[in-house]
Amino acid sequence: MINFINVSKIYNGNSHSVALEDINFKINTGEFVTVVGKSGAGKSTILKLLIGEEKPSKGRVMFGNWEVNKLLIKELPYLRRKIGVVFQDFRLLPKKTAYENIAFAMEVEGKSHREIVDLVPQVLDIVGLADKSKNFPHELSGGEKQRVAIARAMVNRPALIIADEPTGNLDPMNTWEIIKLLIKINSLGTTVMLATHSKDIINHLGKRVISLDNGKVIRDEKNGRYILN
Amino acid sequence: MLTTLIRIFKYGIQSFWRNGWLSTATIVIMVTALLVVGNLIIFNVGVNNAVESIRSKIDISIYFKDEVGEKSILSAQKILEEQPEVAGVEYISKDKALSDFKEKHKDDPTINQAIQELDENPLAASLNIKAKDPKDFSKIVDFINSNKTWQSDISKISYTETQVIIDRLTQIFDSVQTIGWTITIFLIITAILVTFNTISLAIYSNREEIGIMRLVGASNYFIRGPYLITGVIYGLIAGLISFLIIWLYIWLNSSTTEFYTLSQLLLELGIPKYFHTNFFKILGYQLMFGVILGIASSAIAIGRYLKI
Repeated sequence: MINFINVSKIYNGNSHSVALEDINFKINTGEFVTVVGKSGAGKSTILKLLIGEEKPSKGRVMFGNWEVNKLLIKELPYLRRKIGVVFQDFRLLPKKTAYENIAFAMEVEGKSHREIVDLVPQVLDIVGLADKSKNFPHELSGGEKQRVAIARAMVNRPALIIADEPTGNLDPMNTWEIIKLLIKINSLGTTVMLATHSKDIINHLGKRVISLDNGKVIRDEKNGRYILN
Repeated sequence: MLTTLIRIFKYGIQSFWRNGWLSTATIVIMVTALLVVGNLIIFNVGVNNAVESIRSKIDISIYFKDEVGEKSILSAQKILEEQPEVAGVEYISKDKALSDFKEKHKDDPTINQAIQELDENPLAASLNIKAKDPKDFSKIVDFINSNKTWQSDISKISYTETQVIIDRLTQIFDSVQTIGWTITIFLIITAILVTFNTISLAIYSNREEIGIMRLVGASNYFIRGPYLITGVIYGLIAGLISFLIIWLYIWLNSSTTEFYTLSQLLLELGIPKYFHTNFFKILGYQLMFGVILGIASSAIAIGRYLKI
């Protein structure tokens, strides 16, 4: 489903820094893959390349039949509707309620009003926020915001959910709630790609781990554990 | 497609409403800008009216010698009327000149008495010429002087005496109009830039939201649409308010004497009349200008945040 072929990313700033160097990996449908590495190892860059927020300096990024690096700005929305994204800083629309944030993701796809009224309460129920649907983001706790973000990411039943340090701003209790949600989504058939540097999470998951260091893949194991120097 | 359109409208109105303070501030700025524009245009109309009315009063007279018959004067009038620069020629006979003179000085006993004592009419018959543009008087005078037969008939042309004043006035009018329009254009550009800047700032404060919408998979028109709708709402409201303000003070000034000097100035410039006869046109212009300003500013300002 996902295929990175000889991908390099060099930021041409003042420092001319190499973010990724010659990355190759494949991810199949239904997998739960954790990308691990220190800050600056290149985790976020991989995710940004996947949703077309950045373009690779070299190589090809495939998602299904799309060659992401060749998509035009106006084609990107169609790709992004197939991928649900969860960020460390939640990125909810501040002037929309929890309900409206989730509904917005359906509206951009042109779903009917009936579908939205049907599905949004269900998803809110799955993430345990049925009673907070009318709250604005600033009225929610960090864990609640992240659950809204996950609900938004999954509402269009995407083929892939990308989570970039989703628990980075959360306390341990909330962290496990979020991880459990991701596992649940994965068990329903959605591919999940999780970027993290939390040792606990990785060791607990016991799933495939791609380890990055200085922009290179240093390990790719089926039943990975957290091993970084 | 229709649902999308409805959603774009819904979000436009919603964001206008939920960003209450920002919307209010933007509208206040736009009202100010539109007031500047509206006032200047109306004021310019007034100044032009005034200048035109003075211009139309400038004329020159050619006085004929007493022995010249009415027939040749009338034929001269006909020839002059056919000149492209001439707006109109009025014939004033000796008798008419005298009765005009009497009428003008009827309250002055000395002059009255002096006229009584005269045996014959001392005034000359004349042709009174108005030009389409006072600048052309010298051309007309040249034309008259080039006619040999007329030269022996004419005793005097008033232009030679008033030429300096006419030229001077013409120059002043021209520069008043040029300065008026220059200031107008300059201030209109300023108003446009200020509005554009205000809307840019409003959208700048939403740049993260725009980024989030892009990441969730919203197409550009779905993001841009609501901002354009908000721009239209800004424009309509600001246009309406600015029009009402202009209406209010013109109404105040034409119905009370409290602001006496201003009312008089407005009246003399023919502004209340102009305003009332062009009521809907001015309202339409204010609304149209507001909407164009709102949409264009939004469209340009949002463009740069849609490239993620």
